[in-house]
Amino acid sequence: MVEEESVRVVRCGGSELNFRRAVFSADSKYIFCVSGDFVKVYSTATEECVHILQGHRNLVTGIQLNPNNHLQLYSCSFDGTIKLWDYIDGILIKTFIVGHKLHAFFAHAHAEDSVFVIIKKEKPDAFQLVSVKLPKSTSQEIEAEELSLVLDYINQSPKCIAFGNEGEYVAAVRDFYLSVYFFKKKKTSRFTLSSSRNRKHAKNNFTCVACHPKEDCIATGHEDGKIRLWRNFDDDKKYTYTCLHWHHDMVMDLAFSVTGTSLLSGGRESVLVEWRDAAEKNKEFLPRLGATIEHISVSPAGDLFCTSHSDNKIIVIHRNLEASAVIQGLVKDSSILTGLMIDPRTKALVLNGKPGHLQFYSLQSDKQLYNLDIVQQEYINDYGLIQIELTKAAFGCHGNWLATVEQRQEKKTELELQMKLWTYSKKTQGFILNTKVNMPHEDHITALCFCNAENSENPTLVTASRDGHFKVWILTDDSDIYKKAVGWTCDFVGSYHKYQATNCCFSEDGSLLAVSFEEIVTIWDSETWELKCTFCQRAGNIRHLCFGRLTCSKYLLGATENGILCCWNLLSCALEWSAKLNIRVMEPDPNSENVAAVSKSSVGSDLFVFKPSEPRPLYIQKNICREEVQWGVFVPRDVPESFTSEAYQWLNRSQFYFLTKSQSLLTFSTKSPEEKLTPTSKQLLAEESLPTTPFYFILGKHRQQQDEKSNETLENELVQLPLTENIPAISELLHTPAHVLPSASFLCSMFVSSLLLSKETKSAEEIPDDIDMEEEKESHSSGEENDFTEKVEDINNADLGEDIVQQLSKSEEKELRKFRKIDYSWITAL
Amino acid sequence: MAGYKPAAIQTYPILGEKITQDTLYWNNYKTPVQIKEFGAVSKVDFSPQPPYNYAVTASSRIHIYGRYSQEPIKTFSRFKDTAYCATFRQDGRLLVAGSEDGGVQLFDITGRAPLRQFEGHTKAVHTVDFTADKYHVVSGADDYTVKLWDIPNSKEILTFREHSDYVRCGCASKLNPDLFVTGSYDHTVKMFDTRTNQSVFSVEHGQPVESVLLFPSGGLLVSAGGRYVKVWDMLKGGQLLVSLKNHHKTVTCLCLSSSGQRLLSGSLDRKVKVYSTTSYKVVHSFDYAASILSLALAHEDETIVVGMTNGILSVKHRKSEPKKDSLPRRRRPAYRTFIKGKSYMKQRDDILINRPSKKHLELYDRDLKNFRVSKALDRVLEPSCTVKTPEITVSIIKELNRRGVLANALAGRDEKEISRVLNFLIRNLSQPRFASVLINAAEIIIDIYLPVIGQSPVVDKKFLLLQGLVEKEIDYQKELLETLGMMDMLFATMTRKESTSVLQHTPDELLESKKVES
Repeated sequence: MVEEESVRVVRCGGSELNFRRAVFSADSKYIFCVSGDFVKVYSTATEECVHILQGHRNLVTGIQLNPNNHLQLYSCSFDGTIKLWDYIDGILIKTFIVGHKLHAFFAHAHAEDSVFVIIKKEKPDAFQLVSVKLPKSTSQEIEAEELSLVLDYINQSPKCIAFGNEGEYVAAVRDFYLSVYFFKKKKTSRFTLSSSRNRKHAKNNFTCVACHPKEDCIATGHEDGKIRLWRNFDDDKKYTYTCLHWHHDMVMDLAFSVTGTSLLSGGRESVLVEWRDAAEKNKEFLPRLGATIEHISVSPAGDLFCTSHSDNKIIVIHRNLEASAVIQGLVKDSSILTGLMIDPRTKALVLNGKPGHLQFYSLQSDKQLYNLDIVQQEYINDYGLIQIELTKAAFGCHGNWLATVEQRQEKKTELELQMKLWTYSKKTQGFILNTKVNMPHEDHITALCFCNAENSENPTLVTASRDGHFKVWILTDDSDIYKKAVGWTCDFVGSYHKYQATNCCFSEDGSLLAVSFEEIVTIWDSETWELKCTFCQRAGNIRHLCFGRLTCSKYLLGATENGILCCWNLLSCALEWSAKLNIRVMEPDPNSENVAAVSKSSVGSDLFVFKPSEPRPLYIQKNICREEVQWGVFVPRDVPESFTSEAYQWLNRSQFYFLTKSQSLLTFSTKSPEEKLTPTSKQLLAEESLPTTPFYFILGKHRQQQDEKSNETLENELVQLPLTENIPAISELLHTPAHVLPSASFLCSMFVSSLLLSKETKSAEEIPDDIDMEEEKESHSSGEENDFTEKVEDINNADLGEDIVQQLSKSEEKELRKFRKIDYSWITAL
Repeated sequence: MAGYKPAAIQTYPILGEKITQDTLYWNNYKTPVQIKEFGAVSKVDFSPQPPYNYAVTASSRIHIYGRYSQEPIKTFSRFKDTAYCATFRQDGRLLVAGSEDGGVQLFDITGRAPLRQFEGHTKAVHTVDFTADKYHVVSGADDYTVKLWDIPNSKEILTFREHSDYVRCGCASKLNPDLFVTGSYDHTVKMFDTRTNQSVFSVEHGQPVESVLLFPSGGLLVSAGGRYVKVWDMLKGGQLLVSLKNHHKTVTCLCLSSSGQRLLSGSLDRKVKVYSTTSYKVVHSFDYAASILSLALAHEDETIVVGMTNGILSVKHRKSEPKKDSLPRRRRPAYRTFIKGKSYMKQRDDILINRPSKKHLELYDRDLKNFRVSKALDRVLEPSCTVKTPEITVSIIKELNRRGVLANALAGRDEKEISRVLNFLIRNLSQPRFASVLINAAEIIIDIYLPVIGQSPVVDKKFLLLQGLVEKEIDYQKELLETLGMMDMLFATMTRKESTSVLQHTPDELLESKKVES
């Protein structure tokens, strides 16, 4: 039973992944990225989220591996703390309280126990790079207040700061300046581009900086797409730079590979460029990455790169420039024109995704399921280019059909409009284009709706347009003797006094169609397409229109632009009630009669839940968020909740999600977000976190063997133990047919006693034991992969000592007996 | 990552007849050879044996034509009155024909005089046929009787008097020598069995039966009469399978294609319809100049011969297959090169790397992929593309406009190249489906090349032509608007109930165009 808590508005999923550079773990198995107040740990191989590191109380702004312990991760946040995490177990180790709002975080191995953060000065738009001394202490929370200024007046973005050549200097860029601070000399040099300062439209201000890991070389990216490589910068006079130019737009990020032999750059072109040996002609490209590259990072092991994109995506790229994994969050790049929808099949949230795509986003797992390419044209990522926009979409017939509208308008008179109808194919488990209608209307399509009645035999679609018509499209049989096919054709065109059609809506049983023409609502019979009646309140254009459901199906609701909500009775054709409410979103619940309406007031948005039969709302929540709510949708729950309180009963069977103007997806919940977002936390094996490279396979194995051998020679007592499978007693037990075995109770005692260690025999058999073990071990290491074997051995370490003894007592007892019989008297004679 | 997406080529629905494999097949004939006969051609019959000559019955003569000859290679003219229904025997060596005077004559193909004459009918014999055993002839006559004749001793064997009106058509079973069907003007089709002396079953067609046909399997019977073609299932005791009403005048003749997959019917409405024998839908239709009386298809559908009421015989030969030009083939790697390593089983430590399949891109797409926009435009302005597939050219112009590089692609062209672009515009600007894209392109061209106008007489002439075209189009649109206004007036006077308002087509904003260049 759910306790009667108050219902709160919570942010649900879909947080940004591309806010800062992603960070690789030392073995390149995990990738860390900041995501709102959390740090998310993803596996690079499976793209799954492994851990969510929760603890910060505000936006996390920077993460970096602890340079002194590669199993730990630092993070800093706007809440003024630096936290140290054990990312393998997802445990918070320490919290350092700095006190200032931290904008970025840097650490390197040579600055012993101090780290660097960017903080804000009192003046707006001026930031400082300061070093923070982290005091050594065992307590969980430590105050770290020892700050010392390194660089002043810098850019807030961490892309504009880079530490070079093992922490000897730090480079920062801002506007037209490159500042380099040398730690040893404690001196700052400042460089400008000679031609830039005075020219009016010079577009070569700095955008990002990266330092060569081995040499004294700084790479800077510029707004005009040039990359400059600075050398000799320790001398104010003799510094030089060379220029690399491929990007035609701003360079968004730069990164050197681990060895420094190649430089990676990316920008709006969504092409990752690899410059080999810092030469203009040695370029490699990875094109069509989908969206603007925001950040580039390189794994410490050097085998992987990753790019963060503006469409909330991280692509893990192999060293040879092959994309190997895509971690995709909720795309928030474009403006949401289609609104929120629920795919009846997958129960996924559907909305605009990448340009020209529809994204299917699973709310439960906070993960994008897939992208459906609607426009199917090469996306040219260029500033100021008018793209084809996906403006409307609707699902029909239990998810069997999907209708989409795309448009492109360059000038007022040139409108390109295309409607596409997609059918769900069971074979491919995806949507397949069925019908393409060019210019379905002569002006913008304002609404699109399917007839979703249970018993409708023929799928029907209605489009309303600003050209004053609404069109009814039906599915017709297009098959002939050669092939079976179905296609959509226009069945009826309706209009009302040349008014613009603004909304359309089918009643629940599909018998009536309501189309609003500016101020007037018209009701049409869906059998004969006859105009039945009209409603007009003269209260402004109709913005939303919906029929009541279930017991309230005789009501029609309309919300106007002048802030009036009207409810008409369809039986008496009269106004039932009206209310003054400036409604932005009106959504009917598919599982009940309830209708949710979000209105905009001067301070924020208010939610009203009501039944069309009663003007008195069931539930009111004022001020659900400060921004304007753009879209909302009811999502049916998988398992119905049972709120007993009357006020919350509307949340029993569906959940209400809404999207604000700044595109944050919010919902109502009684649970805390931590409970809601229980990650599929898999228990990670505490394996060696060093990468297994081919070299490691060749050399590491040998070394391991050598190590073991040396270990053995050193301490003879250390008993190396075989696997349980290799104990003859057990294997015999397992391989003997059951019908010839004695009763289990008999065997049990034997088996247990076989695991016991018999002390008196041990000292006597040291030498044969040793020989035997060596053989045993060698057969192992050749047969199996090293680390696995080792691990199992470690685990079995505790109880296997006895087995050997058991084995020996069996195989060599006779020999021992012989030994006993031998006369040792000659020893005494010596 | 996702690969390059080729430019979307706008497709336009092809109006009129759909192109199907049937229309392709049945249109693949040469223009018909017309042969003038002496009277209405009442029957055409192909010899079942090579060289597939055909006998044409017209007036009192029977002509035998060779496959490609326009002159008859043989003529039987020993008829006192009109001859009917000259039919070849299965071996192609004998020919039987009825005549107006009630006689049935049997000819040897090589001879001239009749071999046998079967006398017994009192009125015109309109249908004769050989039975499957080759030694009997079936004839039906206007005296309502159907007779079976023995060829060796030219005797009448049986007479069936079950029809109550003229017997005008008949057909012997190809499988069973004892069975044949006849159709009569008493609206019935009857099947007779020579072993029982009476009809085995009878079906009611509903109209005077003009033609009957048995399927080669013997299971289905087709009858034509009135405007109907009806198919009967004989194995179910004469159940009506389907009734086809696709002609609007009497159907006079029936014929099966050589594969048995298609049924053809000719009618007085001057059309031949082709039906599929699985769905009984019309898949194709031929038009002729006059009412059709007879129809025959040669072996392998090589020739369609149609006889008409005005005595014209129309012969269509199938176009010979274009010979595959045997270019000297490039030497390819040996077969074993391709199968090398195919049978290799993946071992435990092997990593399988598949070669990515290469997607074929059109040449213009390859240019677009590499942002060579002028080159891409050049490609689609080749005469081969602009003439055959102007929609590709228009789609590429549209794509360039979408990418915002149309002006770049159009700029910097010399006289020859710009006149090529202008030629294309002049030819296609007035087409409504291309207009919106091309007007935009024309505007850009005018903007770009306005400063250099007057330097080349060729280009200037093209610009003037374009201007004339635009002016003409404006006038045309004006006229259309006027007409529309008049029609509105007419509709308004007709004050019908205004439940559904009249759909108005505002004419294309085709021409808010053009600062005139000069």
